[in-house]
Amino acid sequence: MEPVRIPPFESFYAEHKDPVFAHLRRLLGQGAEDAFQETFLRALRAYPELRNGRHLRAWVFTIATRVAIDETRRTRPRGALPELAVEDSLPPHAELGPLTDDLPPKERAAVVLRYGFDLPYDEIATALGSSEDAARQATSSGVRRLRERSKES
Amino acid sequence: MTSVSPELDTRFRAAAAEAGLLDVAYDVVESPLGELFVGVSERGLCVISYESDPDVEIERLARGFGSRVLRSARPVDPARRQLDEYFAGKRKRFDLDVDLRLARDFGRAVLEELRRVPFGEVTTYGALAAKAGKPKAARAVGTIMNRNPVPIVLPCHRVIGANGSLVGYAGGLERKQQLLRLEGALLA
Repeated sequence: MEPVRIPPFESFYAEHKDPVFAHLRRLLGQGAEDAFQETFLRALRAYPELRNGRHLRAWVFTIATRVAIDETRRTRPRGALPELAVEDSLPPHAELGPLTDDLPPKERAAVVLRYGFDLPYDEIATALGSSEDAARQATSSGVRRLRERSKES
Repeated sequence: MTSVSPELDTRFRAAAAEAGLLDVAYDVVESPLGELFVGVSERGLCVISYESDPDVEIERLARGFGSRVLRSARPVDPARRQLDEYFAGKRKRFDLDVDLRLARDFGRAVLEELRRVPFGEVTTYGALAAKAGKPKAARAVGTIMNRNPVPIVLPCHRVIGANGSLVGYAGGLERKQQLLRLEGALLA
């Protein structure tokens, strides 16, 4: 497939800022504002290296998810995630973060959202900008890959 | 859906500029000539446009300067302030760096000569061509004026025909007249 032209950052930001913010609110609650700024600053830093504008939504949601993981690890453990009752241990997505480091971005985001944040597939699909089926597939192939890797090591 | 508050939006736009991550920061500046689209790169002012659809300018800037084009007020403030002063009759010279990296050779030489035409005076296309080293290139100078990236600050409104006619202006002749009237170069 032909690569899709990278849009000016203003258009990219205008298109994705609200869904990304909603995503971060779901993951972080009140901490979403700082994470929002950090997400788009990271996106700005990486923007000149982008070669294809096709999966920008999945790309920025992956960054946002990564930022949310960092954020909860930093401010752990209490208060950060009101909807996920976290007791004394690290929240599960913080554990999943480094484990999934080498997965392809889409699979990584899918695995972290499913098993770390406990999001249903329709919300993961929204986050990745894909269908529910594709979200299911990305999650299961991510899990398969992790399993294979844990056998190897 | 949960949406981004105007405060958070403004905060991100300011942080992006502050971190030096933008190829061009732009804003819309109110003026007696209508809204001006004003863009600033790290090297200086790179666009002033009368174009009313920002998306057209944003695309053009992304092609010329890089894809990281974002509306952000603060980097544009010095230009905004000086334009306000100019339109209020309190400023005759702009003290702003200008980014002419997209202009080449003769085009750049002409724009640099243009910068020296003082407030309240006019010159001709031919005279400007001669100053830039090509006395016969009046027509080419006309084209260069038409594509002037930073009108008002680089005063292409001060360039008129040898017979005294105003000839043309990318922002429309009406605006050229307004600017010359403001400077007292045109009576009535």
